[in-house]
Amino acid sequence: MTIAISSLTKSFGPTAVLRGIDLSINDGELVALLGPSGSGKTTLLKIIAGLDWPDAGGLVVNGQNWLDLPAQKRRIGFVFQHYALFPHMTVRDNIAFGLSVRPRAERPGKSVIAAKVTELLALLQIPHLADRYPTQLSGGQRQRVALGRALAIEPAVLLLDEPFGALDAAIRRDLRRWLREVHQQTGSTTLFVTHDQEEAFELADRVVVMGEGRIEQIGSADQIHDRPASPFVARFMGAVVELPVTLRAGRAEAAGLDARALERRAMADGPAQLFLRPDAIALEADPASPWVLAHKSSNGAMIRASMRRADGTEVPVDLLRHSAPDLTLGTAYRLRPLTGAVFALDGIAQSDAPRPLPILKEKRQ
Amino acid sequence: MQAVATVNPNQSALAPRLLIGVAVAVTLLIVVAPLAYIFARAFAEGWRVYAANLMHPATVHAIWLTSIVALIVVPINIAFGIAAAWAIARFRFWGRGILVTAIEIPFSISPIIAGICYLLLYGRQGLLGPWLQANDLQVMFALPGIVLVTMFVTAPFVAREVLPLMQAQGSEQEQAAVTLGASGWQVFTRVTLPNIRWALLYGAVLCTARAVGEFGGVSVVSGNIRGQTNTLPLHVELLFNDLNATGAFAAASVLTLLALVALVVKAALEARRGA
Ligand SMILES: Nc1ncnc2c1ncn2[C@@H]1O[C@H](COP(=O)(O)OP(=O)(O)OP(=O)(O)O)[C@@H](O)[C@H]1O
Ligand SMILES: [Mg+2]
Repeated sequence: MTIAISSLTKSFGPTAVLRGIDLSINDGELVALLGPSGSGKTTLLKIIAGLDWPDAGGLVVNGQNWLDLPAQKRRIGFVFQHYALFPHMTVRDNIAFGLSVRPRAERPGKSVIAAKVTELLALLQIPHLADRYPTQLSGGQRQRVALGRALAIEPAVLLLDEPFGALDAAIRRDLRRWLREVHQQTGSTTLFVTHDQEEAFELADRVVVMGEGRIEQIGSADQIHDRPASPFVARFMGAVVELPVTLRAGRAEAAGLDARALERRAMADGPAQLFLRPDAIALEADPASPWVLAHKSSNGAMIRASMRRADGTEVPVDLLRHSAPDLTLGTAYRLRPLTGAVFALDGIAQSDAPRPLPILKEKRQ
Repeated sequence: MQAVATVNPNQSALAPRLLIGVAVAVTLLIVVAPLAYIFARAFAEGWRVYAANLMHPATVHAIWLTSIVALIVVPINIAFGIAAAWAIARFRFWGRGILVTAIEIPFSISPIIAGICYLLLYGRQGLLGPWLQANDLQVMFALPGIVLVTMFVTAPFVAREVLPLMQAQGSEQEQAAVTLGASGWQVFTRVTLPNIRWALLYGAVLCTARAVGEFGGVSVVSGNIRGQTNTLPLHVELLFNDLNATGAFAAASVLTLLALVALVVKAALEARRGA
């Protein structure tokens, strides 16, 4: 199933939650929707599922306009963040629900349903839990049941809202691998929401970064890491170091900064802002640098160094402990970024306010 | 969950014993003794008289009338309670706050005021009186009036039990059912209803107990026509005023039995819900 979303907007009263979403998903693709809390991920998912309606825009799946189609007819598998299992039904009945509510003419026979459920229980690796009630299951087991219930109707599209949100790190890793396998076996077009970057990049073919109701960037892990499309994405990907620099011939320059490792940008000369991740900065002793090592601590694997300038600005730097140079407190070092992103200053000012979208003809403040 | 008070063995056990003793004594005095007395008086002149009192046509009619009222009122209130709770829990609409408050009104208004309001509205001299008379509709001093007042008094019971549960549950289960292809009716019968079934039953039991026992409001609108509009509580009072104490207590014993049954069912449901 291919999904084509165009210029989708949605407001709840005065708050614009989706500000023009354009997104195409290919048949069988596994796409992650990554974004901070409140960026409209769940809202977008619910609109695709037919549990909510947009104010404007299009939603076309395999050439069919889904906005005219009630949720019941969309054959969607929706896995809720908190599972939303039916507490009064056993695992078996939960999974069979979607098949057993079909109109009589389309409903498979009892034995067919039972066989389907048994097959799913095996796929989910929980056949021994078939007769338990949801309250008698652990979080990870509930998660599997929720997925099984969604898969039972052989959904054309599978939507997962933070499927592993409530689980601990080890189980998350397990379930991630397992979800990948399930996706390969079922081949359903899958869109899943997360605000865990690692999860998004590990699982998905493509990652969609959302911020405040807009799509900020679509791409692979490397693309998003190395070439964030906006200051928002840079910050969201962990570039917490922001340095004012001067661009000259596409290269960032500032006192105590050695940006030769960064590729040149096709941008006009002038003031700009450099975004860096603390773990993508190397330190080199340089008495001329204004950056002085003010503090350092180790967590075993990484050394966190805190560089301070005379004006009080601090820059955190994370170095692998085993490959880090010997660092002396009070010594001056220059910062040598390994990767980073540069944005013109006016672009940064805009990033806090909603960016005007041509299709929307939104009023600019 | 269980709350078990632990007593420090070094502490004197006197205070807890004293408090428990007082509680038991007070309960015996103001609850158990009067209840026992009802049955003692009902049977004071023997089984035969008790049976005869119960078989008296006026008493039989009162029991029948009270049952009819409950049979009409409780189902309507269940439907109303579910509908109101569902609307409040699932939708945001204009007047939602007013509805929430309106449901509670019968709890805070004396039933007798409700009775008088209905009298002023539907009575012969009332607002709708002339129209009702012109159309030959008898509301006051007849079954419809009794049903209306009882409905008013018992309106909050089901809604109040069901609403918190529905609010706590949220709509995700229902949404999940919809994405799985369930129709509106299937969502209601297979997801919504099973979730609230114990609260619903509990509310229905409370509602029944109240509908059967309602006195104040009904006494205003019934007109106490013996063998016609006399419900069981009103009948007890009537017999008592007739100085037929044994008869009054016999009728009262029926009410008491109904209340005790409701109490047992309620306790069973509570245990069920707590589990
Ligand atoms: N029914 C609603 N009424 C009003 N505002 C809503 C409603 N649902 C969502 N919102 C608002 O829309 C915005 C986006 O919500 P949404 O649930 O889509 O965020 P999200 O990206 O899924 O966040 P999270 O990661 O925390 O789940 C939020 O600011 C939220 O307050
Ligand atoms: Mg969400």
